[in-house]
Amino acid sequence: MSTTTGPAIQVRGLRKSFADVDVLRGVDLLVERGSIYALLGANGAGKTTLVRILSTLLPPDAGTATVCDLDVATRAAQVRGSISLTGQFAAVDEVLTGRENLVLMAQLWHLADPGARADELLEQFSLAEAGGRRVVTWSGGMRRRLDIAMSLTGSPPVVFLDEPTTGLDPQGRLEVWGAVRTLAAAGTTVLLTTQYLEEAEKLADRIAILHRGRVLVEGTLAELRALLPPTTVEYVEKQPTLEEIFLALVGDDPSDAGEHAEDGR
Amino acid sequence: MSTHTLHETAALTRRSLRHVLRSPDTVVTTAVMPIAFLLLFVYVFGGAIQAGAGAVAAGSVPGTSYVDYLLPGILLITVATGLAYTAYRLFTDLQGGIVERLRSMPISRAPVLWAHVLTSLAATLVSLAVVVVAALLMGFRSPAGPLAWLAVTGILLLVTLALTWWAVVAGLSARSLDGATAFSYPLIFLPFLSSAFVPTATMPGPVRWFAEHQPVTPVVDSLRALLSGQPVGAEIWVALAWCAGVLVLGQAGAVLLFRRRVG
Repeated sequence: MSTTTGPAIQVRGLRKSFADVDVLRGVDLLVERGSIYALLGANGAGKTTLVRILSTLLPPDAGTATVCDLDVATRAAQVRGSISLTGQFAAVDEVLTGRENLVLMAQLWHLADPGARADELLEQFSLAEAGGRRVVTWSGGMRRRLDIAMSLTGSPPVVFLDEPTTGLDPQGRLEVWGAVRTLAAAGTTVLLTTQYLEEAEKLADRIAILHRGRVLVEGTLAELRALLPPTTVEYVEKQPTLEEIFLALVGDDPSDAGEHAEDGR
Repeated sequence: MSTHTLHETAALTRRSLRHVLRSPDTVVTTAVMPIAFLLLFVYVFGGAIQAGAGAVAAGSVPGTSYVDYLLPGILLITVATGLAYTAYRLFTDLQGGIVERLRSMPISRAPVLWAHVLTSLAATLVSLAVVVVAALLMGFRSPAGPLAWLAVTGILLLVTLALTWWAVVAGLSARSLDGATAFSYPLIFLPFLSSAFVPTATMPGPVRWFAEHQPVTPVVDSLRALLSGQPVGAEIWVALAWCAGVLVLGQAGAVLLFRRRVG
């Protein structure tokens, strides 16, 4: 969509306060195109505020932020054409069927053949079978995947996922991880926020740790590991994690995320 | 409006009409209370009301029955009950993140609101039709011609549109689902303090003054005149002025709130 080759997201000195609370206190960030970038932080660290500014829903108080070389404050309308936001709670229409949700999005993006695009996305996110059923009957993981699929209807080059797996069971989480990997494999830039360390570790090319409105550290997992003293070798009897036990018993790994279930830690 | 905006409005209106179609109970519930009022007032209180205020109430036009007298007020109550669902649908969209999702998309802002307004008009029209059919079964008869019916429909749509903006205000400003729908209660009650059920002449001083100066009375009187094939007097201008005032204020408030809340 964009012809330039700068970074997908660039943030400099970003500040935002609500009343007398400084939520963002000078954030810098650089996200390369086609990468998965995780913003890791506890509740209240400012993750959602940052994502809302980047997706033009909130104006920043100070500093600049660009998405695909477009300033989010001054060229909000163009930015909206290059991004999609998946918020913390699945913003899907439960009364409609999955397919109808996607057709609606395709119509709003003014695509030539909304029905065809909807079917394509249902296929891509392994939702084709449930596509004709009302979303109210779907599981949490399926809704999340539909939510992400809806965000991708207009094929935006940059996707924001705000805590995409919060509130999901392990199965649903693996389904969403599979969807995110599929996205990145297709060249989409993904910025996701999470409070789960494991999620950042498993998914992200680079990780930034956001704490009280500032980026504490930033880098690849290896770089972050190098910040701490060298590993001491201890002998520990390897017990299966509860997650491994759960998934082994439940069994039906989702096809697109199954191979990661055995990774352990 | 650009063709893009029209296209977006159409897509979002289709969506919210689907909500109405898939929960036909909302249309039915909207009609149930007005029909219950009809039954109650025609078959339970009707006799007493006619005995007490007889000559003035039912006798204003010879040959009309109390259900004929009652229907205009009942139709306004139908509009008010239906609006609770408009506020409800908007509120759940805001809560469920649908509005947030639409905001982050490259579409205009107006269609998000207009889809709800158009759906409100359509759903209310269906509920009104259901109530009219019920009234017909209970003996309602009207000598009104097509033009008069058109005028009745037009007035009811104008009232619905004017009050829909207040439903939008309620949906946008509410903190809870109950808060979103509570605004319709006073609207449902207002016809009782008007000429909808009994002539205002039967009421004591202050109540009568209120009844004669509140908007329901001129609207009800105009609808009644149209439905009974009588010439419409100056009250129609009072009614239209009230509607216009309520509409302009409500729309201004709704758009202001929408901008502040949704941007």
